Amino acid sequence: MTSLTARTAVTPARSLGSRLRHHGRRLAVLLGLPAVLAALWWIVSERAGNFFFPPLSEILAEFGPTWFDGRLGHDLLPSLGRLAAGYALALLLGVALGVLIGTRPALRAFAEPVLEFFRAIPPPVMVPILMLFLGIGTTMKVVVIVSGAVWPVLLNTVEGVRGIDGLLHDTARVYRLRPLTRLRTVVLRGASPGIVTGARQALSIAIVLMVISEMFAANNGLGFSIVQFQRGFALPEMWTGIILLGLVGLLLSLIFRAVERAVLAWYRGQRQAQRGGSR
Amino acid sequence: MTTTTSTDELLSVRGLRKVYGSGPGATEAVRDLTFATRAGEMVCIVGPSGAGKTTLLRCIAGLLPPTSGEVTLDRHPVSGPPEGMAVVFQDYARSLFPWLTVAQNVDLPLREKGVARAERRRLVAESLDAVGLADVPNSYPWQLSGGMQQRVAIARAVAYEPRILLMDEPFAAVDAQTRADLEDLVRDLWHRLGITLLFVTHDIDEAIYLGQRVLVLSARPTVVLEDVTVDLPETRDQLTTRNDPRFHALRTHVHGLVQQAKRGEAARRAAA
Repeated sequence: MTSLTARTAVTPARSLGSRLRHHGRRLAVLLGLPAVLAALWWIVSERAGNFFFPPLSEILAEFGPTWFDGRLGHDLLPSLGRLAAGYALALLLGVALGVLIGTRPALRAFAEPVLEFFRAIPPPVMVPILMLFLGIGTTMKVVVIVSGAVWPVLLNTVEGVRGIDGLLHDTARVYRLRPLTRLRTVVLRGASPGIVTGARQALSIAIVLMVISEMFAANNGLGFSIVQFQRGFALPEMWTGIILLGLVGLLLSLIFRAVERAVLAWYRGQRQAQRGGSR
Repeated sequence: MTTTTSTDELLSVRGLRKVYGSGPGATEAVRDLTFATRAGEMVCIVGPSGAGKTTLLRCIAGLLPPTSGEVTLDRHPVSGPPEGMAVVFQDYARSLFPWLTVAQNVDLPLREKGVARAERRRLVAESLDAVGLADVPNSYPWQLSGGMQQRVAIARAVAYEPRILLMDEPFAAVDAQTRADLEDLVRDLWHRLGITLLFVTHDIDEAIYLGQRVLVLSARPTVVLEDVTVDLPETRDQLTTRNDPRFHALRTHVHGLVQQAKRGEAARRAAA
């Protein structure tokens, strides 16, 4: 790890002033477009005079009272809890089945068409059906999230496992690595680029399904709140919910990216080395 | 033919035959190979390209089941990768785990063998030192040059303390200078560790420079054309050995055999 950073971060020492300027520029690039869009929203909504499109100033003023007086605990936390449970189950199930199918060519040929079919079904369609079987409780919502998020994980894991170089398997056999070591050190690490790709797709699907499952039937949650506000014509509050949802999505994707950077540091480095020509 | 008494015979290949596929599309890669090596011997295997050298090596390593015939190590038939055997593959970039550091790559097989931690640390440090990579244990393989990566693969094999080491054209993809260095490194390690070494190459000079014996294979379908004893002094040196008149004589002889193997192939094709 140390040599990795040593190789990528060969920036010469700089003065405090130029470092500050450098970070300032980065921050400006990062926040430039959001600031412009927010300003545009502010100005346009201020003059629109449309009941369904309230001024941004009003929305922001509502944000604190709407969410910080108990709703974070009452609605946001249950949503995040169901999301975490569903996402974790989808990852576990997808990786386990993906490894099983990916390591057995016969099973893969047999199962792949069926998997592609299930993947092609838009997950929200499953909500009414699952409601019939599981009611409208937490179980239903978690199962909805799993039923949609598991497919990209599963299929990308299968691809990742299949993409592991045969010579690495030969090496593992020659040095008589035990099955569990082979699974952990060869199969899961080797398939990790595929698993991460699947997990990224699954995360956005899981967030969508979290909201949708709450919109159908619930007594708390982010999706539930947004629908409640909309039905009660509490439009600024509804907009605050949408903004909060966006912020949650952004935060989760930032966390995901940090994890990805750590897990796939070797993969990024290897690809860079290959692009730069073998030394 | 070198006569090997059955008492100190380590590896034995008898009537080995390997056919890929079946029916009219089947290719016979190896027809009938029989040879044996004594413990502590360095045997090089040369042959024209496509002679089934890699097939032979994979059968010996237990990675590929032969169609018929038998491979035994210490009189035990080989049905899967046997204990006490290490392999260095030609493609170093694909045989090292890219998600493990150099030291972790060397350490992994030791960990699986159940070697104690302190002993592992010593073996990893010593083997990396022996191949001249003591300064990069925490680098990843892809941060190293091709020659260095192959050294990591050699260090991994050496740290494993095998009784028999198989090398499949290990230096085919490195530059000439690195290759000479690595040849001397392998010779040196073989001397110091007293292991049995089976070295597959298509380079006749390399085979004679390294080996005590050179097995010359025919073209596909493969048989042993001749078992050449290399009667050069034990201490070898890139300059003096390669300028030795005996080296030239052996080289001419083996070269002739390989040419004959290729012509045999051409004649068979013309007849078919």
